Order: sequence, then structure tokens, then C-alpha cells
Amino acid sequence: MSGPLPFLLSIDALSVALPAGADRGLALNNVSLALAPGEVLCVVGESGSGKSMTAGAVLGLLPDGVRRSAGHILLEGRELTALSEAGLRRIRGARIGMIFQEPMTALNPLRTIGDQIGEVFRTHTRLGKAEIARKVLGLLDDVQIPQPHAAAGAYPHELSGGQRQRAMIAMALALEPSLLIADEPTTALDVTTQAQILRLIRELQRRKGTAVLFITHDFGVVAEIADRIAVMRQGEVVETGPAAEILARPRHPYTQALLAAVPALEPPAPRVVAGDTLLAIDGIGKTYRSGSWLGRGQRQVHALDQVCLTLPRGGALGIVGESGSGKSTLARCLAGLLDPDRGSLRLDDEDLLAGGAARRRRRARRIQMVFQDPFGSLNPRRRVGELVAQGPLIHGEHPLRARQRAAELFELVGLDPSALDRYPHEFSGGQRQRIGLARALALEPDVLVADEPVSALDVSVQAQVLALLDDLRSRTGLSLILITHDLRVAAQVCDRVAVMKDGRVVEQADTAALFGSPRHPYTQALLAAVPGRQAAGLARAAGVSPAAAEPDWAQAGL
Amino acid sequence: MKLLQRYLRNPAACFGLLVLLAVIAMAASAPLLFPADPLSLAGRPLQWPLKDPRFWLGTDQTGRDIAAQIFHGARVSLLIGFVATLIAVCIGILIGAFAGYYGGWADNLLMRLTEGFQTLPSFLLLLVLVSVFGSGIATVTLAIGAVSWPATARLTRAEFLTLRNRDFVHSCRSLGMRDLQIIFREILPNALPPVVVYASVVMALAILLESALAFLNLSDPNVASWGNLIGGGRGVLRSQWYVSAIPGIAILLTVLAVSLVGQGLNDALNPRLKRP
Repeated sequence: MSGPLPFLLSIDALSVALPAGADRGLALNNVSLALAPGEVLCVVGESGSGKSMTAGAVLGLLPDGVRRSAGHILLEGRELTALSEAGLRRIRGARIGMIFQEPMTALNPLRTIGDQIGEVFRTHTRLGKAEIARKVLGLLDDVQIPQPHAAAGAYPHELSGGQRQRAMIAMALALEPSLLIADEPTTALDVTTQAQILRLIRELQRRKGTAVLFITHDFGVVAEIADRIAVMRQGEVVETGPAAEILARPRHPYTQALLAAVPALEPPAPRVVAGDTLLAIDGIGKTYRSGSWLGRGQRQVHALDQVCLTLPRGGALGIVGESGSGKSTLARCLAGLLDPDRGSLRLDDEDLLAGGAARRRRRARRIQMVFQDPFGSLNPRRRVGELVAQGPLIHGEHPLRARQRAAELFELVGLDPSALDRYPHEFSGGQRQRIGLARALALEPDVLVADEPVSALDVSVQAQVLALLDDLRSRTGLSLILITHDLRVAAQVCDRVAVMKDGRVVEQADTAALFGSPRHPYTQALLAAVPGRQAAGLARAAGVSPAAAEPDWAQAGL
Repeated sequence: MKLLQRYLRNPAACFGLLVLLAVIAMAASAPLLFPADPLSLAGRPLQWPLKDPRFWLGTDQTGRDIAAQIFHGARVSLLIGFVATLIAVCIGILIGAFAGYYGGWADNLLMRLTEGFQTLPSFLLLLVLVSVFGSGIATVTLAIGAVSWPATARLTRAEFLTLRNRDFVHSCRSLGMRDLQIIFREILPNALPPVVVYASVVMALAILLESALAFLNLSDPNVASWGNLIGGGRGVLRSQWYVSAIPGIAILLTVLAVSLVGQGLNDALNPRLKRP
């Protein structure tokens, strides 16, 4: 390279080899990226696309057994791959700042925030104590933490998730690095907090002229923040270009499929439901008490407070809220995993809270649940066929008949019935969620409670699972309660949406009405915070349909 | 199969397995090689090893063949080890599983009981049990099992505490599964690997406990155990030390082998804990 450098960071034909025996030979294959000063480059891809590995390679922090096999990484004209470990350490923190997904694990729980930010100065500079304290406060002020003085003296667990991420950003920007690497920095945050953090990163980046390498799986976030976009799949960059162009006119089919899979924030056409009430939730309350049993320092949390909802037969009710809103507690109460302290639950004319353990076990089959984590919700030591047949067996079905039923259900949820004898770890996340669905449907429930059924899945798989839920509803007449933090997900499936905050339902309305004219200020704030509201519309205008995405079982070769 | 491969890659674990297999072979071949009663008089007392071709490990102070006692003793030590471990692990799993799954007052009650057992030195408790109930081989085995369970219970409880809140357990509950079925058929198989590994420690301790009892002449005198041989040789320890040393080495090797096998199992079951 000669002359003035147009690029701050350039990655040139970088290949990274995985250890022998991995599912593919190269984690990164011939990756070339360039980042100009003061620019935000979003690296987008699904899990396993190599986007985090790219960041790791730049920082010289590759996992054990993984090594760079070819290519160059230049930062401000310096070859990073030629540096020793000590040389890299001088660059990390000083020239390259980093933010990670989960700030709680990246911060030391035993030291105060101010101490940890000050550590950066103590390591890299020779500033005095008073000077460092002043700088730390200035930084905390920059990232708009309320009461910077108090925050500097606080321990990580005393701050909220959003505040911790602000502290991480303060730390990353402490030495005014020319490059900031952000690896899914908002994925663990609520949608309103995510919007604030994105705005903050954008603002700081403009003010300080920092270049940002932003890694994310979410096209909504991309639309909010990117100047340029690089789309990655299986270790290769499939498309790069200016953000506006890629979002409006994606050229590569994979980019088109990804964009099409982003759910739109438009409700589906309302469908006619029978109208009579199937499930009535009336004044449900649940309070958690913590602290000593002598009453000193006791704290009460109203996880659910006077929640009243009804589900019509054949309807789909979405319950939307951020973390801590009580939506999962409600799901657990409905599925009989928790007992509410107050209120009543009626399914048809049956009181769900009455009766002893045996009666309630028999009744369990009428309300079934699909869980969030497709990895944790299937017993890893049982074959998937057994898992699906388990429910009917418990309720007295003949083993042969139960197995036959499991095969039918596999077909119903779009899995190959010949895979019944495999173990859960042999399936992808989307497939496991299908198995979870089959397991819940095996008991022929009246109501299916789905607790964040797609939030752990890649966006293209998400679209397929949501489509499957919708399809099952119309084919089997199932009534559905969908719990989610993502308004876009609720918009796709639900006829009616209830918004929860701090254990209360603040607004409920038909989906079209709620999205069209939200009345409660909190609903309005939630809607305004959904990232990339225009992006999905752009892709649809470009005439791309979700059908372009392959079904995930075809990819896994089942 | 992968488990076996990972296990065999560890040389220490292979050594342990070989020694353990050798001890088991000794136990199995004892009635063939030494058909006579090992406790019957065989020759002149206190002959040094390798002096008389008939008694290649020598004879003890009452003229019994040491080699025969070592071979037959392997049966007793292994039997006590296996049975006492089985008893201890069963009690431990039962108590730990119920305490961990139900929590609350059940957990409080069972854990206070466990702590009660843990604060008493297990050997003292064993002495009390043996002196009250007598020192037949069955009583000794039962007593060793009854004092060795607390650590297993704590381990099982810890596993259950983390597993009971996993979604797959919730999912079984929402299917309407009974608690007993959830505990033993769904959670227990997932909680078992660390418990199985710890069982090797329990087994090594059980063998040592029996030897210690025998050394104090409190074990069953009518069976040829290694501990009895050591106890008997105590009187001639300074002149004819081999009478105590030979069974001592046998105990050492067996206990070492059992714990090496346990360690090897642990490494093979948790391949990520150990980086080459």
C-alpha cells in the first residue's frame, strides 16, 4: 500500500482455519472488508456465518485451535497479523475499543464501574489519580448514564442492563480509539433500551469520528445504524455495499431471503373467530417476596397484578412486554407450572386452579406449552420420538399407537418421520422448536401457550416457525397464546395483542387497531423503538417473498 | 464408543483400569489357584517370601499362606467395596434427589440430617455401629454403606438444583408427568455422570474403612480380608514386616486403581474441562 490511506481498517483475503474435525474446514474463507474513518460497517449474518470470528481475527483473539491461514489485516497501515501478543495488547483498548453482547459477563462483578473504567487509563497512560477520576466522570456523562457520580461508585449488578452496556461503551471509548468493534451489543437488551443504545453509539461515533465495525444478526438494527453493509454466510462475504442500496435493492439471493424474512410490522388481515370465550383469565396476581423471613429488608415484586384477559375459541392472543413485565410468569401460571396467589383461570367452564394434584395432571393436556430455548427444553438423553410420544403415554395411550401418532405429528410440523430415533442434539435450533411443537400438540390441547418460541432462532428460521404456527392454527383450530418481546412477531400471528408492563396489562386491542393507533404511551414508545421500521417495507417493495428462504430441514439434509 | 476412545487416550486411567482388572482376576481365580481354606494352617509360621516354593509370599505368624489370603482377600475387599458403595450411592441419590427436587422444608430437613452425618467423623460412627450390631461381614458392609452416603447426597442435590429449573423439566410437568417419574426417569439420567465418578471415591474409601476396622481387630475374623492380615501382622511388624506390607501394597494399588479409573471417567465424560 502506498500514498494516503483511504481505509482505517482493511481486511484482505483473510482465511481462518478451524481445527480438524469441525463441520467445515475454514471459519472464514477469503474475507475482504474495508472500513473508512468515521464509518459504520455492519457485518450481518446468521449464527455460524463467521461474523464474530471476523472480529476475533482483527483483535487477535481467536479461540483455541483456530488460526489464521492466509490474508492480511491492516489497521492504520500497520499489519496486525505481524504483531506479537504484547504489540496486540497495546493496540487493543488503545486503538481498538470493544463492546460485547452481555455486559454482565464482560464486567468484573467485584469491582465498581468507575474503578474498571479507570483501569483502562491506569494500564495505558500515566495519568494521576485525580485526573483519571475526572476523565471517568466525563466519560460516564458522555454515555448519558443518569447520575454519573453514583454510577461510578456502583457495582455492575446494581445497574440495569442498558446502563451496564453504557458503562461498557464508556470503557471502550476511554482512550478515544479510532476503531470500535461492537459484537451484537444490543441483542440482550429490551427494545426500548436497544433504541437508546443505538442512538448513543451513532451520536458518539459522529462526534468523535470513530469508525465502527458493528456485528449483528438483526436487519432492523442494521437499517438504524449502518453506513455500509457486509452480508456473510458460512464464512464468506456474499455481498457488500452502501446501506441504502443493499436494503432497497439486494442483489444476492441470500441477502434477499434474509431481508424477506424480517417480519413486517403490519398486521395480517383479521380473521373471523368463533367468538365464544375459551379461556378466561380473571384478576390473576402473583407476588414474589424476597429477603429474610423475619421481615427485615423484605422486598415484594408484583410479577402479576390484576391481569384480566380472554382468549376466544380459535383465536390468537399476543402478549407483548419487555423483560420483567411478567409475561413469562403469566405463561407459567397458564401452563400450571406456577400457582397464582389471586384470581381465577377458567377453560370453558372448568376452573383450572381447583382440585388436587392428580386432577390437575389429567387436566394438563388441555393447555400445552412451547418453550423459548430449543436446546434446554428437550431432555438430551431421550430420542425425539420418545419425547413426542411421552405425553400420550402418560395419559394412558398404547405405546404403538403413541409412536404412530408421533410420526404423524412429525409430518404435521414439517419434519421427516424417519428421524424419530435420533437424539435432540442432532437437530438444528429450528428443528428442535418443531419437535417441541410436536410434543405439545401430541396431547391435542385446546390452548397452546408459546413462550418466546422464536427468539432464540435465526431470522430465516423464525419466519418458517411462525408460518408453521399460523398454518397449524388454521388446520387444527388451535387457540394460541403467543408471548413475545418482539412486536413484529406478534404482528405476524396474532388477532389480538395485549401489552404488559410491570405485571399489568396496559393496553389490549385487535392487532390492527393496536398497531394503527396505539393509545397508551408505553405502547407508543414500544412501537417507536422497533428497529428498522422501513427496512422490511423496502425489501417487500423490491418484490422479494419469504418463500425464497429454504426450509431449514432441507439444509440439514434430513 | 467415543467415551471409550477418550478414556483410553489417558495413560494414567489405562494403568488404573489394568490394575483393577488384575485385582478382579485375582478375586475370580482365587478358588482355582488356592482351593484350600486360606485361613487353615498351611506350613511353618513366619517363613519369608521366596524361601519356600510352596509359599511364594511366605506365611504369617500362625502359619497361613499369605498368597492365598491375598487372593481370597481380593474377593472380600472388592465385595465390600462394591456393595457398600452401592448402598451409599443409593441412599445418597434418594436423599439428594428429593432434597434438590422439592426444595423448601424437605430440603432443609434432609440437608440437616446429612450435615449431622457429615460432622461426625465417619470412622467413629462406623466403630459405634460395629460395636452395637456386631462384626459379621454383612453388618460391616452395611455399616460402611450407611456412613459413606452424605457426600453423594450433596452432589446429587446440587445437580438436581440446577436441573430442576431447566425447561425440559418444566415441559414434562406441563405434560402432566408424575413427580417420581420426572425425578427418576427424566432428571436422574442427566444428573448421574458426576455421581458415578464420585462413586469411585466412595469405593476407595469403603475399602480403606474395612481395612482400618480389621486392623483394629473389629472386622469379621472368619474371612480372609487384607485388613485382617495387616491386623494380624501388627505384632511382628518390626521383625517380619512383610506380613503387613504385602496386603498393605495390595490395598494401596487397589485404591489407587479405583480412583484413577474414576478420574479417567471424569475426564472422559467432561472432555471440555481438559485441554491438551
